[in-house]
Amino acid sequence: MTITTENSTAPAIVAKQPARINWVKAAPWLFTLGLFLFWELLVRGLGTPVTILPAPSRIFQAVVQYWSPLLKNSAQTLFTTTLGFGLAVVGGLAIGLFIGWSKTIYAGLYPIMIGFNAIPKVAVVPILVIWFGIGTIPAVITAFLISFFPIVVNVATGLATIEPETEDVLRALGAKKLDIMLKVGIPRSMPYFFGSLKIAITLAFVGSVLSETVASNYGLGNMMASAQSQFNVPLVFAGLLALAVEGIAMYSLMAWIERRMTGWAHRSTMAN
Amino acid sequence: MAHLVSIDDVDMRYGGAEGTLAVSGLAMRVDKGDFAAVVGPSGCGKSTLMKLVTGLHIPQVGTVIVAGQHVTQPVSIVGMAFQNPTMLPWRTTLENILLPLEIVERHRHRLRANRREYIEKVEHLLELVGLKGFGAKFPWQLSGGMQQRANLCRALIHEPELLMLDEPFGALDAFTREELWCVIRDLHAAQGVTIVLVTHDLREAAFLADKIFVMSARPGRILKEHRVPFERPRDLEIMYETRFNDLVHQLHGEIAQARAVA
Repeated sequence: MTITTENSTAPAIVAKQPARINWVKAAPWLFTLGLFLFWELLVRGLGTPVTILPAPSRIFQAVVQYWSPLLKNSAQTLFTTTLGFGLAVVGGLAIGLFIGWSKTIYAGLYPIMIGFNAIPKVAVVPILVIWFGIGTIPAVITAFLISFFPIVVNVATGLATIEPETEDVLRALGAKKLDIMLKVGIPRSMPYFFGSLKIAITLAFVGSVLSETVASNYGLGNMMASAQSQFNVPLVFAGLLALAVEGIAMYSLMAWIERRMTGWAHRSTMAN
Repeated sequence: MAHLVSIDDVDMRYGGAEGTLAVSGLAMRVDKGDFAAVVGPSGCGKSTLMKLVTGLHIPQVGTVIVAGQHVTQPVSIVGMAFQNPTMLPWRTTLENILLPLEIVERHRHRLRANRREYIEKVEHLLELVGLKGFGAKFPWQLSGGMQQRANLCRALIHEPELLMLDEPFGALDAFTREELWCVIRDLHAAQGVTIVLVTHDLREAAFLADKIFVMSARPGRILKEHRVPFERPRDLEIMYETRFNDLVHQLHGEIAQARAVA
């Protein structure tokens, strides 16, 4: 709503005051720029050696210098992350629906899920290596393991919080459990599901990079690990920068999908 | 089959043998086409009564007979509306009202082929409750009173023989409430549906009902049954007449006493 009002009033204002800037829209860019500037000045002012903390200018220089391996490894990491995340979406949705189906299943599986989630994934990677060898597969599985929990919890919550009145109205009409799930439970849990994708995608990056760092010959994690062993600190930071960019891009994509798929949930909060 | 609803000596206890006894020795009869209201102190088991009649709860003791059938499972000849309109926000008003048809056995297999006919039915109902042209709106685009009107349409779309209303107007302001009283009054007159209204509002009960049941405090049972003598159609003006106020006053006294006993 705010966007539409701004759009409709903007031309009139622009005609009068051509120099008006939309600070809210510019803020993310300005703040990022500010962060890099502050960082640059800090490093220069303190004279920090490049092996401790390279200045942004030095990092961008590394980006240009190593663009080919950066691109290749970024693509690999994006691939493993997206694949693991995709599996997590399918698996998380399925398990979430399964858990939300009945109170008994919910009570029985929930503690197990929490237990699994509490296990540090870095401890799981060596097991995956024993099973599948190093490389892509453990990275995909780690990304999957770390990102599916928030999806499960959110889908199950959506199902578990159906209003009792809605359920009564439908049950009094002779609705079976499946009817209630299809007509109410699943559509209702969709905003929770799409909301959880934003959390899950960033976690998926954590998982894949973790696995690549410990056990892979490809990917940003592996690249950063070897750059670190050669004291090529600017390249390590260049890798982090690439990860941050990928993370933000995928997050925005999920946020966009969320808005597209469950617009009703957002519009309803705006109307109130 | 003189009575559409008859309840005899019903005990309903929640949570096993040691649980709370919600209603005890409950007995009431509602004739076909009647408008019955149930009033009583809060926590008197009015909602339990709703669930017993609709078959959502099966009593441990006694019998509930609806439309000649012993109630042992949810009865699909009933429409329900609660204080909370519980419209599904991802469906338009029209789709919300069609929802019961997707559930009830008799309609669900016909719905796809005869969608046109059903949509006309929804539009007719929307017109009856004063929501003509709002079918395409989402529930959150409607005011509270409009949502409650749509809720009534949803309760009526599958042509139930019995309409159960659980304080449907509790959350509305006084003027909207009076408007909806008239909507219900006209629906009852036009559709010939039997209505059981559970309410806290004594004026609402006296204005709308033919029969008022006064319930005791928990465990609930029927203390008294009033026949409302006012002729139909009733106008809102009736609420300012002495005989109306006398009835409300009498009901008020009975409930105050029921509360004091508890």
